[in-house]
Amino acid sequence: MAEHHSESVYHWTFLYLFILTILEIGVALWIHGAVKGILLVAMALGKAALVAMFFMHLRFERLTLGVIAFTPLVICVFLVFMLTPDLGAVQHKTVAPAQQTTGAKH
Amino acid sequence: MSEVAAIHAEANESPLTPESWGKLGMWVFLVGDAMSFGTLLAGYGAVRYGSIDWPVPAARLGINLTAFMTFLLIVSSVTMVKGLAAIQRNDLAGFKKFIGLTILGGVIFLGCQAYEWTHLISGGLGFTGNPWGASLFGTTFFIITGFHGMHVTGGVIYLLCILLIGMRGAFSSQNYSPVEIAGLYWHFVDLVWIMVFTFVYLL
Repeated sequence: MAEHHSESVYHWTFLYLFILTILEIGVALWIHGAVKGILLVAMALGKAALVAMFFMHLRFERLTLGVIAFTPLVICVFLVFMLTPDLGAVQHKTVAPAQQTTGAKH
Repeated sequence: MSEVAAIHAEANESPLTPESWGKLGMWVFLVGDAMSFGTLLAGYGAVRYGSIDWPVPAARLGINLTAFMTFLLIVSSVTMVKGLAAIQRNDLAGFKKFIGLTILGGVIFLGCQAYEWTHLISGGLGFTGNPWGASLFGTTFFIITGFHGMHVTGGVIYLLCILLIGMRGAFSSQNYSPVEIAGLYWHFVDLVWIMVFTFVYLL
């Protein structure tokens, strides 16, 4: 199948990726709290979508390929939900090595 | 390679029949690989949220260098796609230039990562401990970035092979599928880094 898309699509995609990266760093440095997490995840997903749709050509492929590509996201969201009850269930604090008992005592 | 003939798949029989079996094969592989990274990142999240003395990544890890590395991989994805576009119109010189630039981007990325690791290790970040807090901070950092770095290394070797084969005139506007497939792998590596950069360095 001949695909003769203008290369400008790639330049625009690069520009949006570049802008999103700058914004991400800005959010990381200057925003705090729950908003930070939501914004960063949203921007990361946006960048991933841009790379997948335009660089990896998914936008112009058959739908089946898109469904296949989308599957890990669904499974990962499921995975995160399944892990959520265990988050913070046990508080871990690192004990300095000097305080740990070393070796087996016979 | 007589597989060239096989790569040109049968006519589209249904919406489920892929146009290129090679492309489908690479996508299926990438989906599995995405799950490998996905579980590593999910595990990282679970461990980090259960920890009360997790160091602040933005304070301990070099965001400036990693921002540059992110930019580098994004640019290398652009050169990859331009290299593919070049061979799709039989521009062998353009193919060589852009694939070469993509490989260069990958090599510089690995160099930056080696420098970053050396700097962090000499600053005390280890696999089993660090001076700043939870010991798993270092463990998860090295495993996740190392696993990704392995993928970049593999991609550089893969692209080198594509470049060398292409320089011998194997690819053209009629046969560019192997280049496209290699490109898919490379974009995947970029995509994963976008996620790693966000979750390990920025959040």
